[in-house]
Amino acid sequence: MTDKLTRIEVNCATGEQKVIELTAAEIAELDQQRAKAEEERAAREAEEQAKAAAKAAAEAKLAALGLTAEEIAAISK
Amino acid sequence: MAITYIALSTTTVGSGGASQVEFSSIPQTYNDLKIVVSGRTTQASTADSVYFRFNNSTANFNARVLYASGSGVGNFTDTRYAGSEPGSSATANAFSNIELYIGNYTTSSNKIYLVDSVTENNAVEAYTYLAAAQWSNSAAVTSIIVEPNAGTFVQHTTITLYGIKNS
Repeated sequence: MTDKLTRIEVNCATGEQKVIELTAAEIAELDQQRAKAEEERAAREAEEQAKAAAKAAAEAKLAALGLTAEEIAAISK
Repeated sequence: MAITYIALSTTTVGSGGASQVEFSSIPQTYNDLKIVVSGRTTQASTADSVYFRFNNSTANFNARVLYASGSGVGNFTDTRYAGSEPGSSATANAFSNIELYIGNYTTSSNKIYLVDSVTENNAVEAYTYLAAAQWSNSAAVTSIIVEPNAGTFVQHTTITLYGIKNS
């Protein structure tokens, strides 16, 4: 990959394709978008981890009450 | 039989990569549009989302996404969601398979689109996504930008735009 960021523009009417270097403003927007995406990804991952931890804790409590693994699986669906 | 499914344009990303692919001057003579993406991005993760812009707008998009991750299932809401692609943490040279169907793109009503997407990864963590989405805008769609949410498209990413007629 080169250091220069580019975008491709395809004109459907003419078939012409251009590779255009991003402007400073477009690069800044891209950076902002990337930072936001990383925040959202981290939040989603944290939510999934919290859900998995809660599920594991609930299953452990059910096992402590005497349910078998098959019984726990049956009510987890 | 009438030809109802036409490849309007296709592009393959070159060795420099690309942060966006834009289809401009989209003919207004079809009923629906379909976009097929075989792609991969530079984002340092197993999967990177792909986003749309219609007429360069980023506003008034709403998407509801269902996914399976290889170890579980879930759902989330998003804005301009248009599928997901392998990032740099996925198996080398593995590319996504995304199909996007944009119905009635010239209507003055809101535009509805569907997303069917899989990321390729030779591991448990691989994703499949189904999404229903809407762009709430009365303008006909005349240009579409496809862009990764975080990374840039790598070389050999291919995107094709089809026009579909109902007769």
